[in-house]
Amino acid sequence: MIRVGVQSEPIDVAAALAAVEGDGAGAVATFTGLVRADDGVAVLELEHYPGMTEAALEAVAREATDRFALTAATIIHRVGAMRPGERIVLVATAAPHRSAALDACAYLIDRLKTDAPFWKRETRADAARWVEARGTDDAAAERWR
Amino acid sequence: MDVLYFAWVREAVGKGSENVAPPADVTTVTELLDWLARDSVPHATAFADRTRLRAAIDQQFVPLDALLAGAREVAIFPPVTGG
Repeated sequence: MIRVGVQSEPIDVAAALAAVEGDGAGAVATFTGLVRADDGVAVLELEHYPGMTEAALEAVAREATDRFALTAATIIHRVGAMRPGERIVLVATAAPHRSAALDACAYLIDRLKTDAPFWKRETRADAARWVEARGTDDAAAERWR
Repeated sequence: MDVLYFAWVREAVGKGSENVAPPADVTTVTELLDWLARDSVPHATAFADRTRLRAAIDQQFVPLDALLAGAREVAIFPPVTGG
């Protein structure tokens, strides 16, 4: 079962996990991305491309499900303004055994860094700037191709 | 066609979207950017460095030299930074 979501509300990890457990899963792996607090960021804003974003998340979740024979995959991404410590993204994968669940989780987080239309804008003390894409993200996504 | 802008491209152009009717000789995303930039300082500024721009046609990522070929919605934005 594939479930993707783009939302401005906080991410409920327990509810997301409940949705991927069952259906024969012996293993569930999750990744949670948080707003980093250690570099002076006061507010992080996430912009996205409504419509394309949901389709892109659905596409990578479907690819992961086929590639790793998952029983379930969930991707939930926050948009809007958030503060250090808040969850930006949750990826949860379920499979009969742990290696597929763990690999699929890493695959999904790498792919959504480069394949989903989100943009980050950081505000420190008095200045806001758009976060530049990193070459290491492209390299991380490339290793799965 | 509808042209959408996101992130700093949206801020530089000064709007999130616009409906345009380019002439028939505008056949690629790059030519569309050239055409939009021709008479507008904000567009020209936003599109000055093409290495910083990415595009989607009808919500699929495409290279800037992609053919428009009946596109209904073209989006112009910086490289993505989600996750």
